[in-house]
Amino acid sequence: MTQLKSQLMPSKLHLENVTVRYDGTDVVSHVSLDFTPGVLVGLIGANGAGKTTLLRATAGLTPLETGEVRLDGKPSSSWPRAVRARALGYLAQDRSVLWPLTVERLVALGRLPHLGPWDTPGLEDAVVVDRALTDADVAHLAGRAVTSLSGGELTRVLIARLLAGEPSILLADEPVSGLDPAHRLQVLQIFRKLAHTGRSVVVVMHDLTLAARFCDRLVLMAEGHVVADGSPRAVLTPKTLSRFYGVNAQITEHNGELMIVPWGLDKNLNTPD
Amino acid sequence: MHRETSDAMAGARRGHREINTIALMAGLVALLFALVFLSLFTGRGTVTGGLGDVFSLWQRDPDTAWLILSEVRLPRTVLAVLVGASLGLSGAVLQGLLRNPLAEPALLGASSSAALGAVTVFYFGVGGMSYLLPFGGMAGTLIATALLLILGGRSQDTLTLILAGVAINSLTAALTSLALNFAPSPYAALEIVFWILGSFADRTLDHVYMSAPLMIIGWGLLISTRRALEALTLGEDTAATMGFNLMSVKLRAIVGTAFCVGAAVAVTGVVSFVGLVVPHILRPLVGYRPGRLLLPSTLGGAVLMLAADIGVRAISTSMELKVGVVTALIGAPFFLHLLVVLRRTRP
Repeated sequence: MTQLKSQLMPSKLHLENVTVRYDGTDVVSHVSLDFTPGVLVGLIGANGAGKTTLLRATAGLTPLETGEVRLDGKPSSSWPRAVRARALGYLAQDRSVLWPLTVERLVALGRLPHLGPWDTPGLEDAVVVDRALTDADVAHLAGRAVTSLSGGELTRVLIARLLAGEPSILLADEPVSGLDPAHRLQVLQIFRKLAHTGRSVVVVMHDLTLAARFCDRLVLMAEGHVVADGSPRAVLTPKTLSRFYGVNAQITEHNGELMIVPWGLDKNLNTPD
Repeated sequence: MHRETSDAMAGARRGHREINTIALMAGLVALLFALVFLSLFTGRGTVTGGLGDVFSLWQRDPDTAWLILSEVRLPRTVLAVLVGASLGLSGAVLQGLLRNPLAEPALLGASSSAALGAVTVFYFGVGGMSYLLPFGGMAGTLIATALLLILGGRSQDTLTLILAGVAINSLTAALTSLALNFAPSPYAALEIVFWILGSFADRTLDHVYMSAPLMIIGWGLLISTRRALEALTLGEDTAATMGFNLMSVKLRAIVGTAFCVGAAVAVTGVVSFVGLVVPHILRPLVGYRPGRLLLPSTLGGAVLMLAADIGVRAISTSMELKVGVVTALIGAPFFLHLLVVLRRTRP
């Protein structure tokens, strides 16, 4: 039953020539991208590169100046609102929660897209919520008021909320910022597992070593454009780091995996090309 | 061991103040029935007396006794219940929608603009057009609430919202004063003052008939937002990605508030702070869930309103104390207290 439902949900995401304009400036400029199930995509770039705006546009939260977002080849807006809500999970950068709900109830809000207007959550919903609490390692906080949590704990609770929705496409805006090292690894392992079991997952990240280790593909943005797109090794070169992040980075290998340590500001930062 | 301790603490915290919603509702319904009974048998001051007097009057003169019950106390009781429920519910919805525990129809200018709408209809209308009063009230609230959402709805900053409410309140106060200033007769001035003070005295069943259907439509619209209010706990963006059409939610909340508050104020005048106090008291009892809060707030509003109205009747004064004055006297310090507490916890 659950299987059937998830098979009916769209999981392929396509952006066609997407432009988002704020006050006459193109914050995202003519971006075309394909996100396919099975691939964990890291969306990287300096502050103000347009990552969050691109994610918001993909989630349908920002009107597009040009272009279109497609789910399984059909325009996103042509899908029924309820199907889109179940398929697409979004973790916002804004982590504010007003009311002191318990953690368990906040996570249970993730089931709302699966409930009709007068349905009450059933056993299946409770099982999914429990699993989400465990996966995000917040089960021990279940009875705590969300307003009493630390920033990192709250982030993990909101990730649990995202997981409780069982989306086939996940868009997460900086899910690991503010987390301690162990939880960064744990959360990225969850996202990688979700991707490798048939979901499309896009994660905005700033930690380049983690991005290189966990993501199958990196999309580097600068000034609203996609400037590099490919495997971590192809994208994270000294040249791109210098040009688009303005840093000289130490790129080494550890156990066959990339380690990237931004070491100093690039001296050519302010000189024109 | 650490984990066990925190689990136990969590359990204790969860059970701290929250109670079963069904039990809460049952308790409120029982309280409401008791108050309705009490209200039907409470006269003004000591003149018409309490239960014993009613029974002795019933034996001596059943017609007069019936007349007092059906023509005086029944409309008063029914209106207090309907208006209280409307205010409690719209307060709870506005707080959930604006994600702000200080949102309340009167504070945000919805009530005073309803009064202005009713005054405008009264001022320009002929005496026989009193059935238009609720629509005047609704139009006033509709404009004020829409204006409020434009001015301060996007910001979660408490102060911005309160200031927008202050602006709307001062504008409506100025315009109501203008109407009062140009009132053609002392009688007209007295009628206008009625909407400012707020009271259930001297209401007839006609007032019930013309306002009740509108308030009930308003309840429907407001309650339809309950799932969206739950999702709005996570912020507008997340709620939108969870399949809620926020335009439609806001529209239902605004129009529902207009129906409820507009119709209520048109027949009883401004009664403030019920929509602030009731959700605030009940929120911990439903575990702070904004959607679960709606029905208890509706019942709680009716309970508080009716209790306040019985209170003003029981207090013996030569001039009847208006219930709107009493709620304002009690509500304003409560609001101030809430503001201080919130400013401390949410800078």
